[in-house]
Amino acid sequence: MKVEQISIFLENKSGRLAEVTRLLGDGGVNIRALTLADTTDFGILRLIVSDKARALEVLKKAGFTVGTTEVVAVEVPDRPGGLSGILDSLGEEGINVEYMYAFVEKSGDDAVVIFRFDEPDKAIAILRRSGVAIMAAEKVYAL
Amino acid sequence: MVQNQKLEFLPRSELADLQAERLRTTLRHVESSVPFYRQKFREAGLKPDDIKSVEDISKIPFTNKQDLRDHYPFGLFAVPMDKVARIHASSGTTGKMTVVGYTLRDIDTWAELMARTLACAGAGKGDIVHNAYGYGLFTGGLGVHYGAEKLGATVIPISGGLTKRQIMILQDFGGTVLTCTPSYALNLAEVMEEMKVDPSSLKLKVGIFGAEPWSEKMREEIERKLDIDAVDIYGLSEVMGPGVAQECVEGKRGSHIFEDHFIAEIIDPETGEQLPYGERGELVFTTITKEAFPVIRYRTRDITSLDAETCVCGRTMVRMQRVTGRSDDMLIIRGVNVFPSQVESVLMGIEGLEPHYQLVLDRLGQLDTLEVQVEVTEKVFSDEVKNLEHLGKRIETDIKEYCAVTCKVKLVEPKGIQRSEGKAKRVVDNRPRQ
Ligand SMILES: [Zn+2]
Repeated sequence: MKVEQISIFLENKSGRLAEVTRLLGDGGVNIRALTLADTTDFGILRLIVSDKARALEVLKKAGFTVGTTEVVAVEVPDRPGGLSGILDSLGEEGINVEYMYAFVEKSGDDAVVIFRFDEPDKAIAILRRSGVAIMAAEKVYAL
Repeated sequence: MVQNQKLEFLPRSELADLQAERLRTTLRHVESSVPFYRQKFREAGLKPDDIKSVEDISKIPFTNKQDLRDHYPFGLFAVPMDKVARIHASSGTTGKMTVVGYTLRDIDTWAELMARTLACAGAGKGDIVHNAYGYGLFTGGLGVHYGAEKLGATVIPISGGLTKRQIMILQDFGGTVLTCTPSYALNLAEVMEEMKVDPSSLKLKVGIFGAEPWSEKMREEIERKLDIDAVDIYGLSEVMGPGVAQECVEGKRGSHIFEDHFIAEIIDPETGEQLPYGERGELVFTTITKEAFPVIRYRTRDITSLDAETCVCGRTMVRMQRVTGRSDDMLIIRGVNVFPSQVESVLMGIEGLEPHYQLVLDRLGQLDTLEVQVEVTEKVFSDEVKNLEHLGKRIETDIKEYCAVTCKVKLVEPKGIQRSEGKAKRVVDNRPRQ
């Protein structure tokens, strides 16, 4: 159920983000979702891509520091309060959301949100119990 | 094993008396025979007999590398040429060679010191010394050679190079003591592996490694790969050659300086002030028994510290720690002396970091600023900002603690630090020149 996310260390200087997208594009890798967390000195780019292995290969070859993390893709009903209901049920169980970001593409009527939990397995179990739809990894990579 | 039971174990108070006596004799000798020293003493208003104790040495002016170059080739010799039995020279990385001379008695002193050195490392009569230091103008080869003979050991003057042949000779002649640079020892280990020679099948038991800086990590690697004890030797041709100081195999915690022949001091490289035992600074040597080429308060530019606690081996002579840098590399940041090598040790102490760093100095108003750029490796990288921020803070804290200087850490991409000719540029000083 978990989705593999790629993270890349970037210095805060112009052109680095563009360099990553160019490399992936040239390598035939599609970016499904992307978010950049940045500080004054550096940034961490997080990506969900169509082909993780290929993306890692291309980026490492270009000298980037890359890591992979397991995240969870959750289908969030596209209506007011859809997200807060999910966050509430996790908060009650003491699960921390380290960060989250949304997919541009929808899955039917639902929005797709990527969650990075401190305890992903426990989070998945809780979400299931609350009837929240979790998206399969293959489906996410192809979205 | 011990070459000189009496002198190497002399109580430090007796040693100080002996040093003072020998120092006065040396000062009288250079004052009467070397115009350079005569003039320096006159300018400083100093007479050899003013030196009552070893502590008085701080009244004497320093000699530095440039003084030696200025008197190329024989200008600082303290005996007529017909008394000089041998010449050695070291080629500096920049400029002229430094030329040194030895009388027959000097060569004998040196042999005695090298015999002590070999004994200190555990060698004795009956040992076979495989001497892979270079023979020639460089002091390494001949220095070890005479010492091994003096000790009563057998010496194989193999010199450097032809590694496969060296390994064959190690197998066939049964060398028990290896003398070479630490990097050549690792090279030997590598070639042995290629040749499928098992190092534990050799008779080697100890290696005496020097002539270049090396680390504790390298010691472990050499000991493991060659299945021997590895000890450090220190020397420089200006002072004598190899055999100025030697690490004992029992302690492996710094090299004993043979203080009945050399007075060692640690000074602040900036102010020239003498520093107490335990503090890091520039190592300064005065020879007190040499005839042909005495040096007085010679600044080695090597950064280390001295430890005068009696060693586990029982020797009373001070131990110098590994040389961790050159005084030429020293930075003064807000009045604090900082060596790039210190920052490097801090980084090496953090799991997963590589010693790829750059120090960027700048001035903000009246204040010096230090930015330490550190490359982010995969081992320390995280997808979470807080983890990387925590890493940066940890490095800042460790540097503050170890180097007594406040810095700002900037995490950079791998290869983000300029490398020139394969070597990283460690320091970028953007501070305006006064
Ligand atoms: Zn000792």
